[in-house]
Amino acid sequence: MQIFETIGEMLSFTFMIRAIVVGLLVSLCAALLGVSLVLKRYAMIGTGLSNVGFAAMVIAGVIDVAPLALSIPVVVVTAFLLLRMNESSKIKGDSAVALISTSGLAVGVIVMGVTTGITLSICNILFGSIFAMTAADMYLSIALSAVVIIIFVLFYKQLYAVTYDESFARATGTKVEVYKSMLALLTAVTVVLGMRMMGALLIASLTLFPALSAMRICKRFLSVVIASAVIGVVCFFVGMVFSFALDLPPGATVVGVNLVVFTIFSVVTFVRQRGLR
Amino acid sequence: MALIICRDAAFAYENKIVVEGLNFQVGQKDYLCIVGENGSGKTTLMKGLLGLMRPKSGTIETGDGLKPTQIGYLPQQTSAQKDFPTSVYEVVISGRLSSRGILPFYSWRDHEAALENMEKLGILPLKKKSFKELSGGQQQRVLLARALCATKKVLLLDEPVSGLDPVVTAEFYHTIEALRRETGIAIIMISHDVRSGVEYATSILHLQNRQVFFGPADEYKESDVGRYFLRGGEFR
Repeated sequence: MQIFETIGEMLSFTFMIRAIVVGLLVSLCAALLGVSLVLKRYAMIGTGLSNVGFAAMVIAGVIDVAPLALSIPVVVVTAFLLLRMNESSKIKGDSAVALISTSGLAVGVIVMGVTTGITLSICNILFGSIFAMTAADMYLSIALSAVVIIIFVLFYKQLYAVTYDESFARATGTKVEVYKSMLALLTAVTVVLGMRMMGALLIASLTLFPALSAMRICKRFLSVVIASAVIGVVCFFVGMVFSFALDLPPGATVVGVNLVVFTIFSVVTFVRQRGLR
Repeated sequence: MALIICRDAAFAYENKIVVEGLNFQVGQKDYLCIVGENGSGKTTLMKGLLGLMRPKSGTIETGDGLKPTQIGYLPQQTSAQKDFPTSVYEVVISGRLSSRGILPFYSWRDHEAALENMEKLGILPLKKKSFKELSGGQQQRVLLARALCATKKVLLLDEPVSGLDPVVTAEFYHTIEALRRETGIAIIMISHDVRSGVEYATSILHLQNRQVFFGPADEYKESDVGRYFLRGGEFR
């Protein structure tokens, strides 16, 4: 079987194993969080965060600190800021995201422009690179993804309540703001972790596609969550295999696979609904 | 002992008084209908009752072992819920959120309560159905079951019949009335629909940025403010 040989060969490289471990975990977290983000109309937050993450990565490269050490705090702060802006009506949510994401890109590009002699590849940061993961990154990713997944499971019912009906959740004494902040915080961490491999411009798709695909086929919230996680993980792995076998950029290939799955699910649902009538 | 006692309470946003002079109480089996025009302070008072807003002056107390988080709340239907992928059962059991507190998952007790309340409202056969595929009346019953899961004593209904057709509206009022008679649960209803309010409720609270009437529904019908409002006029 050609496919198993390809996978076997792929797994013989240390950098590939790292990329796949980190990628699978990030895909899983992103797919879980994505369900709430999409349903709460926070879908664009991922885009805003990743572009700010881009600026943080560039600055980290210039002042020579570990990329995650700088970008995680910066992106977490941005996430809270976005949430606040979403709540206050002065700047509407979508404008706030657009403002922040374009500003992030601009800052990154300016910093790159004024610094000479740096070895950063802007292309790698924007579109991702398979070689980006060090062993330390991998362990950090494992730890943080574990935290994301544990929090998601422990607070599943609160997250459901806050996603479904904020006013009811509030009335029953749930600290809605706490859980919304939690969602923003976990999203920020996930985005930063996955960014270097998937690319700053593409990472947000991991929070969108699996959730949207799952919603085509599932009717219960729990099944949407589970399906989203499965779709996210499977699409990532399939995308990586394609990327390796055909020598395509990994981030874009993973997004491509997600797009295909989404399209198939949408068509199937459409045909099924037509057939019932 | 009354379940909710409001003494001389006033509510304000940033020092601007929205509603004041609130003196009323709600006891077991009471059916209080809160009426008034848009902007008369109904929603603000509702937030106060749910413990989401503190009175600027005066007090709102809960008695008889009731906590503000144990009021079963039926919010207005919002458009955000319309295409939410969730089953009827998931919606109903989320009413048990506060009883479970910070502990993860739901207990068997929570599951039993959910089933029991669905049975009570005749929606047990819909258990596995998708919420968004139900009719407006069925959805309202599901949300009512969720509210029942959150309380044993008081239901707070916020404009429950807006958007329902007349037949379903009548059904809904009957359901509420039956619940109150059978379980002794107190009902607080915020409504534009004054006529049905006086028909079903035992007492009326009329707001006009202050309390202009509180008393039995029969007296309200005879009062100046009540007669005027029931004719569809505005009381100044």
